[in-house]
Amino acid sequence: MVQAVELTKQRTRPGSAAPARGPGPDRRKNLSAEVARRRRRWVLMFLAPAVLLYSILTIYPLVTGLSYSFFSWHGTARDAFVGLGNYQALFTTYPLNEQLPRALLNTCLYFIGAMLVQNTIGLLLAALLHHTRHGRQFFRTLYVMPYLISPIVVAYLWAMILSPSFGPLAAFLQWAHLDVLNHPWLGDTRTALPTLVLISAWQWVGFPMLLFGTAMAGIPEEYHEAAQIDGASKFVAFWHITRPLLIPVMGIVTVLTFIGNFGTGAFGLVFGLEGSNGGPAGSTDNLALVFYRTAFMGGGNGIGIASALSVLMFVLIVGVAMGINRWARAAQEKLS
Amino acid sequence: MTVAATRRISVGGATRRGILCLYGLIASAPLILMLVNSARSSQDMFTDPLGLPTTIDVSNYRRAWADASFSSYFLNSVIITVTAVGLCTLFALLAAYPLGRWKFRGGPLVTTYFLAGLLLPSQLGIVPIFYMLQSVGLNDSRLGLSLVYAASGLPIAVFILTAFFRGLPNELDEAGRIDGAGEFRLFAKVMVPLVRPAVATVAVFQFAPVWNDFFMPLILLRTPSKFTLPVGLTNFFGEHQADWGPVFAGLVITALPLIVLFIFASKQIVAGLTAGITK
Repeated sequence: MVQAVELTKQRTRPGSAAPARGPGPDRRKNLSAEVARRRRRWVLMFLAPAVLLYSILTIYPLVTGLSYSFFSWHGTARDAFVGLGNYQALFTTYPLNEQLPRALLNTCLYFIGAMLVQNTIGLLLAALLHHTRHGRQFFRTLYVMPYLISPIVVAYLWAMILSPSFGPLAAFLQWAHLDVLNHPWLGDTRTALPTLVLISAWQWVGFPMLLFGTAMAGIPEEYHEAAQIDGASKFVAFWHITRPLLIPVMGIVTVLTFIGNFGTGAFGLVFGLEGSNGGPAGSTDNLALVFYRTAFMGGGNGIGIASALSVLMFVLIVGVAMGINRWARAAQEKLS
Repeated sequence: MTVAATRRISVGGATRRGILCLYGLIASAPLILMLVNSARSSQDMFTDPLGLPTTIDVSNYRRAWADASFSSYFLNSVIITVTAVGLCTLFALLAAYPLGRWKFRGGPLVTTYFLAGLLLPSQLGIVPIFYMLQSVGLNDSRLGLSLVYAASGLPIAVFILTAFFRGLPNELDEAGRIDGAGEFRLFAKVMVPLVRPAVATVAVFQFAPVWNDFFMPLILLRTPSKFTLPVGLTNFFGEHQADWGPVFAGLVITALPLIVLFIFASKQIVAGLTAGITK
């Protein structure tokens, strides 16, 4: 989508017959000028509803969030201007000073885990499907299915599947004489986060798969035919032809994975499986949960401090997303 | 092609198919389990976790639907999703028309303004949104929540529809003008019917994130009778964690509409998901 932003910027050409400026001797041009004048009124009427709604409920809140962060709050009432005090409080007041670094680290781990597991499997499945003729549609539908289910449903479904005493997985392991693998995966501080990474990958894998698949379908067949004639193996062909051409979509997938994990995308799954504290013992806590707890469960100056956190998250997301986008474009230019 | 080469290819094909089927099993097994267990009693599940239903038992559904008020959660989800998707699609359709077809001062700027929303983590504005809705009496309100969703869906909807309008032939304007049709009639009678496929994509594609969202209603709704399915489910799970039968039924009630939608409109959903890279 970042790519899309760039593309559309370049393509903002006039869509229809360009109305000529000023009256000309030609009758036709006069007509166009008249149409252009009439349209100017219509432009406002067409644009107003969308621009107003989007400005009021998307852009304005992000801007006021910044101003919120410079004030101290007493419950829901705004108190004194405190400058950067809330930002300082994020890192100095208990329990945030302990929770925030851990949540940041965990969020990084979720992101890295998603890149390694979800996006790698997504790429692999896309590559396999690309060479499959029969049943491609069927498999694609199957793989995308979990993506369309609410994260909270996914959370409770897996909570029951992984239940160490009554869960179907435990029963299956026992049936297969693999009892050693039975473990409270979600209740052990060492295994909880990796388990969540896997469940999250199970849910989201269809999205990178679709994006990679669409990009692969856009690569001209002749490239591979040429490679085949040269005697290149499938892997060599993938590495030297497909991979470089996939760099833009890899950039998009990386950006979206980053936005998802550093924003609120992972909130529902962790909340459903491990509660609002990201248990056990905070081992699955992430930035979105800290933000939620501070703003809506903490009381006191929660609003001020949570607003400061949301500003930092915002800057991090937009900054890194733009950075990755630039990197992907540079990498592509170097290759072409 | 030599015999050896043919065999290598078929072995490769079999491995490929094997991996695809294996992952197909991984993707679908939990969903099948969810469906199967929703028709079994909790007692049954604990004594035989991997068993099949002996009889089709709908009492879980009855209990979830009537006793646990999933009927009201379901209705709320439908109302909120339809309102949000309807408003978003309508507003985006109106805005995309001039942005895609007319040249006017500020046009490119407005396009960029909307596109920026594709990158912005709009949910981080939730605290000001909360207070803003409160100040106009739209807190704890289904309409308030719908408006928030409609706003957050606008960037992608405007993006898809603008691209579509741009692709329509120029002659359409000329023809409409010669017929003496007014701007709005030209839009409603000529243009909108032509972009119908894109409208379907936008509407269907918006459905899933609104229906599934948990974060916004958790914060913006307080009264249980207004809860959507994901929040209602959390409420129910908190109280009846040990009663797996109705919980599984609740999961199916929440998930099934989207699975059905996907089976009937997978083309639109795939088109929406890949909209950013196909143009």
